[in-house]
Amino acid sequence: MSTLLFENVRLIDPAASLDQPGRLLVRNGIIEAIDQAGAEGRPEEAVSIDGRGAVLCPGLVDMRVEIGEPGYEYRETVASAARAASAGGITTIAVLPTCKPAIDNPALVRLLRSRGEETGAITILPYGALTKGCEGKELAEIGLLHEAGAIAFTDGARAVDPARLMRLALSYAGGFNALVVQHPEEPSLAGSGCATAGNLATRLGLGGIPSAAEAIMIARDIRLAEMTGGKLHFAHVSTAEGLELIRQAKKRGLAITCDTAPHYFDLNENAIEGFRTYAKFSPPLRPESDRLAVCAALADGTIDAIASDHMPRDADDKRLPFAQAATGGAGMATLLGVTLTRVHDGTLSLSDALALLTSKPAALLKSSAGTLTKGAAADLCLFSPEQSWLVEAGKLPGRGQNTAFDGRALEGLVLGTWKAGVPVYRKTEK
Amino acid sequence: MASSSDTPIRHLLGLEGMPPDQIEPLLDLAENYALLNRSRKVSRDVLRGRTLINLFFEDSTRTRTSFELAGRRLGADVINMSVAQSSVNKGETLLDTAATLNAMQADLLVVRHSQSGAPALLARKVDASVVNAGDGMHEHPTQALLDALTIRRHYGHLAGLTVAICGDVAHSRVARSNIHLLTTMGSKVRVVGPPTLVPGAIRHLGVEIFHTMEDGLKDADVVMMLRLQHERMSSGLIPSPREYFRFYGLNQKRLALARPKALVMHPGPMNRGVEIDSQVADSDQSVIQEQVEMGVAVRMAVLDRLTRSRHSV
Repeated sequence: MSTLLFENVRLIDPAASLDQPGRLLVRNGIIEAIDQAGAEGRPEEAVSIDGRGAVLCPGLVDMRVEIGEPGYEYRETVASAARAASAGGITTIAVLPTCKPAIDNPALVRLLRSRGEETGAITILPYGALTKGCEGKELAEIGLLHEAGAIAFTDGARAVDPARLMRLALSYAGGFNALVVQHPEEPSLAGSGCATAGNLATRLGLGGIPSAAEAIMIARDIRLAEMTGGKLHFAHVSTAEGLELIRQAKKRGLAITCDTAPHYFDLNENAIEGFRTYAKFSPPLRPESDRLAVCAALADGTIDAIASDHMPRDADDKRLPFAQAATGGAGMATLLGVTLTRVHDGTLSLSDALALLTSKPAALLKSSAGTLTKGAAADLCLFSPEQSWLVEAGKLPGRGQNTAFDGRALEGLVLGTWKAGVPVYRKTEK
Repeated sequence: MASSSDTPIRHLLGLEGMPPDQIEPLLDLAENYALLNRSRKVSRDVLRGRTLINLFFEDSTRTRTSFELAGRRLGADVINMSVAQSSVNKGETLLDTAATLNAMQADLLVVRHSQSGAPALLARKVDASVVNAGDGMHEHPTQALLDALTIRRHYGHLAGLTVAICGDVAHSRVARSNIHLLTTMGSKVRVVGPPTLVPGAIRHLGVEIFHTMEDGLKDADVVMMLRLQHERMSSGLIPSPREYFRFYGLNQKRLALARPKALVMHPGPMNRGVEIDSQVADSDQSVIQEQVEMGVAVRMAVLDRLTRSRHSV
């Protein structure tokens, strides 16, 4: 294999508090040396990659991705998901178990892991189903799934509803020190709603989901986690009230963590005006006050990770009357660019933003990815924080073209992605 | 002064945001058609050679018939498609249906659908002018126009009148369209009903909320009742029809709290004994039959207006 020398780059590795101009040497897919700028000497055989001052950081770790394989290959396959990930600077993805069949069987966990390896571009960390078939009735074989390599347990965008079942799940998974990931939305309050209850939903005549549906579920589950000692993570938290409950729980020292997704800190509910189904998400987009609260929670550390919440859907899933259209957006290609909007507006430092995209989600999933370590696989992302690009639905990498950010100019361009030292994406110069 | 009555209107999807200088001329035109209808002097040339398709994904006899009559009186070829006989039941999507109808080169597409926003989705995909004949809980613009015309014929104006809209406001497209139109025209709009059927957020549309009929009807010039859908009871939003009638039904005693000669309106079909007492429905103050008559006139005006817009641009 080859020897690569990244030169003239700004090395950022939040886990090591590293942010300095420098060089990085990769030999046979392994990080061999991390130098400061101006370091002497270079291996003769090294191929030089001139970063021209761009940022070189660990390949991003996206802790919430849905792919269509198995069962919904028309939405996204492992191979097409890998293309989307690579173009987004992502080298590790945690994949939701809500495919067909659900990932509630150890063989499926192994299958997904090896399907990831086959691409040579991504590491797939599979979530195991928390309940059989993700149907919310009985616990899945958490122990066997854990042993097969499931990194955490969830029913995806379906909340675990009965309090008793959630208590059992937290308690039982706790025995394996396994993380339980909840979609925080009280289902009977959410009902058949498809927008946040309030002025806009009322005017559009859309069924409303009260914001409190999130807080009520979070409050209940924090209490259950406290009762059982289980490790609990709330996915895509989107309301001020929900985040405040998590903030308080963390202050009390509970093992509660959470993530959010770019659409919750960059868009508000006005994006659905005109019945725009590409801005239909679960949980639904919120009023501006909640968006600001998500930004504040990113800044003060209440939120532990940013995940793309990638949910590829095809046009037929989305070109329907609003209430009937599928929820979710393709998010991997825009994950870094949208996150950097919060760096450009001063909400987050670049290093803190990258921590939320690399080392922090990796730590939650107990993955060794997300940091630049000598002797570790060279999963790398090279990007220019300032260079801009236009998001165009229909031209995104991968199959999922359902982006709510269509037509947006984003500052933050991925220039190249390397998986174990192999270039899996290079931005072609115009 | 430049009048918006000349501004082309491509579709009629809702009344939200429609300015007074578009509403007023439309009502004038409808008033004119109402007179012509009575004297049977309507020219069948207005829509001659034009095709109107009534595309109803939800059952409706009254609205569909009203549009059909309006189209025929103006000379259009009218085709009725209802969901029971359409390919939607065979799994065809709304947009496939749109593409098919588009290929048939209809000029006017009158759409009713159970989903909010469905006509707007269709309108983006077809060349025809789309008229929303009721979409989910969103809007029912021709109903609000006919209500406004009926009120205007009695009072001569809309500004300054107090209109109480009573009943299931939460799920009512009729209520939303009426609220948009009446507030735009300067009426004072009240909504009256149990909190489970009157969402607090509705106040953002510029209305005042009341939870008792006694308070809500006091000194009202118009009492507009809404139909209570049976599924509201099955989903537990109200405990029973008799309890609903007891607290929110319109009877003579409650009507007496409104202004003398206040108009009683209902978009139909009525549930007698649930939201409205038969005596009130059939009283002198009731203009429910006149609403039906104005419905045809308003729809003629809308079809006329949209067709002229199509061919002036």
